[in-house]
This record gives sequence, structure tokens and C-alpha cells, in this order.
Amino acid sequence: MCLAIPVRIEALLDEQTALAEIGGLRKTISIALLDDLQVGDYVILHVGFALQKLDEQEAQRTLALLASLGQLEAARQAAAGVVPA
Amino acid sequence: MKYVDEFRDGDTARQLAACLAAEVDPARQYRLMEFCGGHTHAIFRYGIPDLLPDNLRLIHGPGCPVCVLPIARLDMAIALAQRPEVILCTYGDLLRVPASNRQTLLKARAEGADVRMLYSPLEALSLARDNPSREVVFMAIGFETTTPPTALVIEQAQLLGLKNFSVFCNHVLTPSAMHAILASPESEAGVLQLDGFLGPAHVSTVIGSAAYEDFPTQYGTPVVIAGFEPLDVLQALLMLVRQLNQGRACVENQFTRAVTAEGNLKAQALTWRIFEPREQFEWRGLGHLPKSALRLRAAYAEFDAERRFSLPEFPAQEHRACECPAILRGAKNPRDCRLFATACTPANPLGSCMVSSEGACAAYYTYGRHMQTAGAAH
Repeated sequence: MCLAIPVRIEALLDEQTALAEIGGLRKTISIALLDDLQVGDYVILHVGFALQKLDEQEAQRTLALLASLGQLEAARQAAAGVVPA
Repeated sequence: MKYVDEFRDGDTARQLAACLAAEVDPARQYRLMEFCGGHTHAIFRYGIPDLLPDNLRLIHGPGCPVCVLPIARLDMAIALAQRPEVILCTYGDLLRVPASNRQTLLKARAEGADVRMLYSPLEALSLARDNPSREVVFMAIGFETTTPPTALVIEQAQLLGLKNFSVFCNHVLTPSAMHAILASPESEAGVLQLDGFLGPAHVSTVIGSAAYEDFPTQYGTPVVIAGFEPLDVLQALLMLVRQLNQGRACVENQFTRAVTAEGNLKAQALTWRIFEPREQFEWRGLGHLPKSALRLRAAYAEFDAERRFSLPEFPAQEHRACECPAILRGAKNPRDCRLFATACTPANPLGSCMVSSEGACAAYYTYGRHMQTAGAAH
């Protein structure tokens, strides 16, 4: 029930509502729980409400960290002579 | 989908799993609870147990609001729905949960009750406006993620002056349940040993990571908040393993792209404007927990279905063989239940954990864990 998805704000309709793109469809969502949203922002959408803004820089940072963890592990396996599956 | 697909990459997942395997201490066990049913499903959907070292075991928590709703509350909802003037609306997950005598909201609907399924609570307001001669009752349920939308709807109902709209409130609080698990009889007797929590993703976008500070300080139990994608879960498990290996216990946040320390303050302020904590509330499996649920404040009493209608509480009847209560405490596994995958299946559920899309039994069944022998899976 707490499942939510990241969606992109396509247009701001008024202070409380926006259009968001969800899997190729445009849907009206409530933005009443967040301030200062702009077109192009990604938000976490739950039961028709934007709950939190998605921080794109943090997302990139996590992906970079995941990639470096992976590389580190690959290097460790290479050093240990393990052939990756 | 952007910000979803990148966190499902298989090669990175295998490398993270190899990191975990390399870093776990073979001399110890790691018993980690994913609190949230959303995590339970992600874990099985992506086959994460098969990637984990043998001494790292995941224990499934009670973070599924439908699963922890006591049968008595569901009986009350069915009684409400059976009133001729009432339109009872709620989320789809609830409709098939068996109440006393295996009655469900869906069966009540087949017998003539007006029960409607909602995607968003905003639809409940339209229902009330479109049906002025009926009483529209929204059965609200959920953790902190789902509460602010309910609060907003109540505030709007007041602004609109709606006289035929009320809320049957079953909103519950995550930290209270986490306290209850750490203080459960199984925990205190040492049967349920828990080394750390994988903290919920979307609940935490609202309440923030600071809301979990008590768990390391009071119990020495580390918490790592994790996103719902498989790479999020694996990275968070690695963070938990590292804390445990280093003898640390603190709150860490893996899901930094959506969770901040303070959370969504606007949503929190709205929640506390409309709701106040109940003295206590019953949780299926966990019993009566103090300050663990919300009710409408007196200023919004006219929108409180419990005040508007007299809702008699009858002694509820649990199915005697159903292990949902122990599964919800993390004390048993779905495969420990003799009804699991025999009498109780998603098509014919006997317990709430098999109905809800976030229940542990539904996850085990859907992703084929019932076909494995007890020793083969985590």
C-alpha cells in the first residue's frame, strides 16, 4: 500500500494540481503536499499525491556509488583469480 | 521508467551480492528485518534471497497495513457497508480480506452493500458530492505514506462544507510497530533475534530518517532506510552488514534520492493538524500498542465515522490454524503455516498476509517459494 512511483511533472495546472507523465500517459496529480515544484521535476507519486521531490543529484550519486562498488568487487575478484559468472 | 530501471541492473546486482559475500563474517549470523511489505515483494520478485550469503537471513516485518488490521475493525467496516444509506469506499487491497466467518467486503457487495474501490482518496470527495442523499464513508488505512492524502481530503471536505462524508480511520504509525517488535515476547525470550532493520522507503519520504534515531540508541539496533528497487535493497544490506561488522549502530539512509533527515514537513504538519494519536490501537499479531495509530481531532469530529455512526465491536474470530499473527511478528515464516499454499492461496485466502499485495505469504506464493523445500530458501 505504500508503493509509489517516480513521475515527471509535465505542467503545473494550479497551486494544488499538476499534469504528470506516467508510463506514457498524462494524468492529473495533487501537488498540495509539496512546495516549489517546477516543470521537469521528478516526484514520488502515491495514491494520486506527490509525496516528495526526487533529488536527481542524489540519484546520480547513488548510481555512481553502486558502479564503483561493482568495479571494486570486479577488481577484487580479478585479484583473487575468480572468473565472474 | 527513469529512476527505476537504473536501479534494477543485473550485473551490478551480482557484483553487490559478491561484495556482500566477501564482507560477511562467516563466524556470525546476520538476521535482518525488512519492515515494509514493499521490500518483501521486491526481495522475492528479484530473487534477492538466492544472491545472499547463507548466514544472512531476511525476516519479514509487519509493514503491510492490510495485514495488521485486526479482524474486529474489518467487521466494523462490513457492518457500516451493510447500512442502506452508506457508500463505503476504500483501497482495493482491503476488499478480499477475510473478516469473521470468512465474510469480506467483496462478499458484502455481492449481497447488496454499496462498496466502491478507490485509487485515490480524492475520489471519495467526488462520490460524496455526486451522491448528496447517501453517506459516503472512506475507510482510510495505511502507514505514514498514505496518511497525508487522507488528511488533505478531510481538510477539503471541511472547506467544501460536505455533510455526507466521513472517514473510518485506521492509520497506523511505523516507529510504534518497530518498538513493539523489539519488545515482543519472542524478542525478549531470545527466540527472535534481530540484528538490524531495513527501514521503509516511502514511509520515510514523509517522516524522514531522523524518526528512527531511537532504535540504535535504545536497543542498539541499526536501521538503514532503503529504496524499493533491487540495487537499493542490496546496497542497504551491505550498509547494515558493514555497521554490524564494525560494531556500530546508527541510522543510515541509502534512499537519499527521496528521503531527507526531516522528511516532508508540510505533510507532517497537515497530518498533525487533522489527526492525534489514539491511546492505543490493536495490531493483528502485535496486540494493543500504545500511541500506535491516529484518530481525527475533535475539531474534525463531524468527519469521523466512528463518532457519526455507532460501531459496535464484536469479538472477532480468527481462523484457528492461520499463522498470520506470528508471521507478522517475524516469529514464523509463511512455510511454517500448515494452511500455506494448501487451504490458503491468493485465489482463496484465509489470512490477510495472503490477500494483500504486500503480505509475506502472497510474496512467497507468487514468486514460487512454496515449491522449495524448507532448507533451500531463506
